[in-house]
Amino acid sequence: MLTLTLRKYLRPYKRSVWLVLLLLLVQAIANLYLPTLNAELINNGVVKGDIGYILRSGLIMLAASGLVIIASVVLAYLSSRVSMGFGRDLRRDVFTAVESFSARELNHFGAPSLITRNTNDVQQVQMVLFLGLTMMLGAPITGIGAVIMALRTNVRLSALLLVAVPLMAIMILFLLRRVVPLFRSMQLKIDRINLVLREQISGVRVIRAFVKTKHEEARFDLANTDLTRTTLTVTRTFAIMFPSLTLILNLSSVAVIWFGGKLVNSGQMPIGNLTAFLAYIMQILVSVMMAVMMSLMIPRAEASAERIMEVLDTESSVIDAVNPKAPVVKNGRIEFRDVEFRYPGAEQAVLSGITFTAEPGQVTAIVGGTGSGKSTLVNLIPRFIDVTGGSLMLDGIDIREQSLEEVWSGIGLVPQRAFLFGGTIAENLRYGDPQATDEDLWRALEIAQAKDFVDDLADKLSSHVAQGGTNLSGGQRQRLSIARAIVKNPRVFILDDSFSALDYSTDSKLRAALASAASGATMIVIAQRISTILGADQIIVLENGLMAGLGTHQELMNDSATYREIVLSQLSPDEAA
Amino acid sequence: MFGPPPAKSKDFRGSLGRLLGHLQPERKLLALVVSLTSLSVVIGAFGPKILGRATNHVFYGYLGKQIPIGVTKTEMLARLRSNGQSQYADMLQNSPIIPGQGVDFGAVGRILLLAIALYAVASFFMWLQGYLMAGITQRTVFRLRRAVEEKLGRLPLRYFDGQSRGDLLSRVTNDIDNIANSLQQGLSQILNSILTIVSVLIMMVWISPILALVSLIAIPLSLAVTVKIAKRSQRQFIAQWDWTGKLNGHVEEMHTGHALVKVFGHREQAITEFAELNYQLYESSFKAQFISGTIQPATMLISNLSYVAISVLGGYKVATGTMTLGDVQAFIQYSRQFGMPLSQIAGLMNLVQSGVASAERVFELLDAEEEDLDTSTPQQILRARGEVHFENVSFRYEPDVPLIENFSLHVKPGQTVAIVGPTGAGKTTLVNLIMRFYEIGDGRITLDGIDIKNMRRDDLRRQFGMVLQDTWLFTGTMSENIAYGAVDPLPEKIFAAAEAANIDHLLRSLPEGYDTLLTDDNATVSNGERQLITIARAFTADPPVLILDEATSSVDTRTEILVQRAMAVLRRGRTSFVIAHRLSTIRQADTILVMDKGRLVEQGNHDELMERHGFYFDLYESQFTAPISGA
Repeated sequence: MLTLTLRKYLRPYKRSVWLVLLLLLVQAIANLYLPTLNAELINNGVVKGDIGYILRSGLIMLAASGLVIIASVVLAYLSSRVSMGFGRDLRRDVFTAVESFSARELNHFGAPSLITRNTNDVQQVQMVLFLGLTMMLGAPITGIGAVIMALRTNVRLSALLLVAVPLMAIMILFLLRRVVPLFRSMQLKIDRINLVLREQISGVRVIRAFVKTKHEEARFDLANTDLTRTTLTVTRTFAIMFPSLTLILNLSSVAVIWFGGKLVNSGQMPIGNLTAFLAYIMQILVSVMMAVMMSLMIPRAEASAERIMEVLDTESSVIDAVNPKAPVVKNGRIEFRDVEFRYPGAEQAVLSGITFTAEPGQVTAIVGGTGSGKSTLVNLIPRFIDVTGGSLMLDGIDIREQSLEEVWSGIGLVPQRAFLFGGTIAENLRYGDPQATDEDLWRALEIAQAKDFVDDLADKLSSHVAQGGTNLSGGQRQRLSIARAIVKNPRVFILDDSFSALDYSTDSKLRAALASAASGATMIVIAQRISTILGADQIIVLENGLMAGLGTHQELMNDSATYREIVLSQLSPDEAA
Repeated sequence: MFGPPPAKSKDFRGSLGRLLGHLQPERKLLALVVSLTSLSVVIGAFGPKILGRATNHVFYGYLGKQIPIGVTKTEMLARLRSNGQSQYADMLQNSPIIPGQGVDFGAVGRILLLAIALYAVASFFMWLQGYLMAGITQRTVFRLRRAVEEKLGRLPLRYFDGQSRGDLLSRVTNDIDNIANSLQQGLSQILNSILTIVSVLIMMVWISPILALVSLIAIPLSLAVTVKIAKRSQRQFIAQWDWTGKLNGHVEEMHTGHALVKVFGHREQAITEFAELNYQLYESSFKAQFISGTIQPATMLISNLSYVAISVLGGYKVATGTMTLGDVQAFIQYSRQFGMPLSQIAGLMNLVQSGVASAERVFELLDAEEEDLDTSTPQQILRARGEVHFENVSFRYEPDVPLIENFSLHVKPGQTVAIVGPTGAGKTTLVNLIMRFYEIGDGRITLDGIDIKNMRRDDLRRQFGMVLQDTWLFTGTMSENIAYGAVDPLPEKIFAAAEAANIDHLLRSLPEGYDTLLTDDNATVSNGERQLITIARAFTADPPVLILDEATSSVDTRTEILVQRAMAVLRRGRTSFVIAHRLSTIRQADTILVMDKGRLVEQGNHDELMERHGFYFDLYESQFTAPISGA
C-alpha cells in the first residue's frame, strides 16, 4: 500500500526524484573518494616525504568535499520540495474525497478518524518519504559504493565484510524481531492507561458518588504496572543494541589492522590503504545501521498509507445527477412514494413503505421512539443518504435527477446537534446567505428567541463563537442554529429535534414566531415532546421503520394505538383530548 | 524534528531541578550509572590511540623492510641525505626501525588484544548503564503517573469545572509520556555526549596540541552555524505547527459540520479554504525541512575541512618525523567522534526543554489546591434514615456571583422531593451540595441530624445513589457497569436491576449478552440505553437516599413510563431527590421545589402549586400551549 501510494503521488515529481538519486550517487562517490585521496596522500606523500604531493592532495580533497556539500544542499532542497509537495497533494485529495462523502461514508469512518488520517497519517508517510529520499536511499548507495572501494583497495581484506555485515544484520534483526511486537503491545498499554485516566476525568462525579476512588486507583495501578513492565523490557532490550553494534564496529577496525598489517608486511598492500580501508569499513557498517534503523519507520508508514488509501478508495454512495433537471415551480413540495432505505447487506430495512406528501405552508411532524428511523427519514431529503427503494420528489422531480447544489439550496437544516462554526455570531448566521443585512439577522434572531441574549453580549452580532459553539449553552446554540436556517430563507425547513434544549415556554414562543414568519415554507419537524407537535397539519408516527399512523393529532388519537401511547406517556388524558 | 515545538517553560531551572528531584529515590543507582558511563567513555576514548600504536608498528615494519638487509640505519640516513631526501631521512631518524626487519606481529598482537579487551569492557559498561538507566527512568515515571492519578482523587470538583477537559487529559497523558521520553533518552545521552567530548578533547590535546587547535577552531564554528540555522528553522517549525493546528481546526470543523457545509452551500468554499491552509502548511514545512536540512551539509563542510587540514598537516608532520602515522590516524578518528556528540547535544537540548515544559504542566496539576481533609473525628451512620435538613445554606461558585442564598429545607425520611425550574436555577447545585461535591459557604446541611461536614466524605456518599443526565459508563462489560455501585454484586441482583430498568431484554439480545464489552464510543448502545444502564446501576447500589438528575432525559417517553414505574418502586422507603425537565414525570412527588436564580420560589405538591397560579403554573402550562402552526 505504501509503495502504491508513493508511486501514484510521486508521479508529478518524477524528474526531481531521479535528480535526487543522481545527487545521492554523486555525494556517495565524492564522500568515498576522500579516504582514497587520503590513502594516496600517505602512500605517495608521507611515506616518501613529498610535501608538495601532500599539499596537492589536500586541495583535491577540499574540492571533493565541496562537491559533497553542494550536492547535499541541493538534495535537501529537492527532497523537502518533493516530500512536502507529496503531503500537500495527498491532503488535498483526502479532503476533497471526504467533502464528497455522503453521511453514510462519513459515519463509517467517523469524523475524528478522518481528521487523524488527513493530518497525522499523511505526516507520517511524508516524513518517511523525506527520510527515504535523504537517508534511506543514500545508505545503500554509500554502502555499495564503499564495498566497491573496499574491494578496489584490497580484495582479501574485504572478506572481513563478509563477517561483520551479516553479524550486524543478524544482531539488529534479532533485536527488532523481539522489540517490534513489544512496541505494539506497549502502544496498546499506553492507550489503555490513557483510557483509564480519561474515564476517571470524565466520570469524576460518578466515581465519587459511588465511593469508587480506591477502586479506580487500583484499576490504574494495574495498568500502570503493566505498562511499566513492558516499557522496561523494551528499553532494556534496546540497551543491548548500541553497545553491541559499537563493539562490532570496533572489533572490525581491530581486525583490519591485524590482517591489513600482515598484507602490508608481505608487500601486498601499501600502508596508506590500511587507513583508507579503516574509513571504508566504518562507512559501510554505519550505513547498514542507518538503513535498518530507518526501516523501523516503514511499518508505521505502511499502516498510515493503508488508512489514507482506504479513504481515497471509498466512493460516495450519493452521486450527483449527470444531466440535472430543474423544477419549474419551486415551492418546496416534498413527496415520499413508497420509500425504502436499507444498509447494503442488512436483513431489515431501516425504513420502508414510507408514503406521504409534505405541502408548502404546512407542518409535517414526525414522532416515534428512539431508533424508529426518524432522523434517517429526514436525512433522505437533502440526500445525505439515498433512498434504496421508491422515490422522493422535491417540487415534482425525483431528487436524484436534480443537482445536489440545487436541492441543498432550497433546504434550511437545523440538525439534532446544534453545531456552530468558529467565528462571529454574524458569520454563523450568514452561513446560508452571505448577502443578508444586519436587519435580516436581527429579525431571524428575534424569531429564534435569541435576540435578547445576543443583545446582552458586549459585541452583539460580532461576538466571538468558539469552534463548535462551545462557549455558548446548549439552548443558545440551538436557537442560533435555528436563526441560521431562517436567514437562509429556504422553502423547506428540516428541524430535527431542534427544541430539546429549550425550556417549554421558549420552545412555544419560538414555534409560534417561526410559524408566522415562514408561513409559505414546507416545515418538517421531528420532536420528542408531544406539545411541540400538537397543532401540526399532519403527524407521521414511525415505529421500527414503518409508518404506524398518518393524520392530525385528533385523528391519530382515535386511530393509532402507538400514537396514543406516546401521547399518554407525556400528557394526562384530559390534556391530550 | 518530528514533534511539536518545545513549549517555553516559565521557570526552566526550577522545574528542571524539581524534575530531577523526582529521581531522588534512585540516587544510589544513579551514581552507579554516572560512574559506569564515565568509565565506558574514558576506556572507549583510549581505543583509537591504542590502535594508532598498532598502526605505527605496522608502519615501522613497512619502513624497515624498505632498507636492504646489511645496511645500518645510519648508512641509510646518510645515503638519503646525499640524495637530497632530507625530510624522509628526518622521519626515518625519529622512527625506531630495524633495517630489513618486517612488522613485529608479537607487539601488534599484544596491542590489539589490549584494544579488544578495552572495547569489550567499554561496551559492557555501556550496556550495564543503559540497563540500569531504563529501570531508573521507568520507575520514576511510574511514580510520577501514580502521583498524578492519586492527585486526581484529591482534587475538588471545582478544579475539574475550571479546567478544559482536553487540557487536563493532555497533562496526565501526553505530558507524562513526553517526560518519560526525555528522561529516557535525554539523561543518559547528555551525560554520554558531554563525557565523550571532554575525554576526546583530552586525547586530542595529548596527541598533538597543534592539531587539536585546528579541530577546536572547527568546533565552535560548526556549533555556531548549527545554532544559527537551527534558530531560523525553529521559526519555520513553529510556523509549520501553527499551520498544522489551523488546518486541523478547519478539517475538524468541516467534518463535524459536514451536513451543514453541504446544505448551506459551503462545499466549494471549504475546499478553497482548505487549499489555502494546505498551501501555507506546505510552504512552511518545506522551509522548515530545507533549512534544517542544510545543518548537516554545513557541519559536514566544516568537519571535512578539518579532516583535510588534519590530513595535510598530519601528513606533513609524519613526513618530517615530528609525529607518527598512528597518531594521525587516531587523531582523524577522534575528530570524527567529536562532531557527533556535539550535534547530538543540540537535539537533546530541544528534547530536555520540551520535557521540562511538560513537567511544568504536570507540576501545576500536582500543586493544585486539594479538597479539605476529612474531619479527624468523623461521625458515622451505617444506614441513614434519610432525613435531610438544609439550614440557611448559602453557596457561590464564584465569590462575587451569589447563587444559593440563605436556603432552608426539611426533607422527611422516605419523601420524594422534586426540583424544577429553568436552566441555571441551581437545581443540580443543590444536589452537589448534599453530596459534598462542593463545600457550602454559610449554614449547614444535616443527614439524620448529623452535620455532613462531620462525616467522612466516603461515608456520606455511600448513603446516596445517583443517576445523572450525562451518562458515564466505563470500558468493561455490561454487568460490570451495572454492578459498579454494588458492594457484593451477585448475578441475580444485576439481572433484577436490569429488569427493573427495562434493559434486561436489550442486553440479552446482544451477541454476548451481559458480557458484551462497552467502549467509550460504542455505537451499538444509544444514549437512551446508556441512561437505562446507569439507572440499573443505581438499583444495584441500593442506597438509602436516591438522586435522579434528569435521569430519563434521553429515553423516549414510552420507555420512560416503564422506567418511571420501576423507579417508583425503587423510591419506596427511600428519600429521593428528582430533578426533571418534563414536568409530567414529577406530578406524584410529595414536595415540589420550584427554583429560580438560586432561590426557592415556590414549594408544595402538584395540585397546590397549580392552584396558586404562580411560577410553577406558568412553567407547566407552557409545555402544552402554542403548537408550531399556532392552531
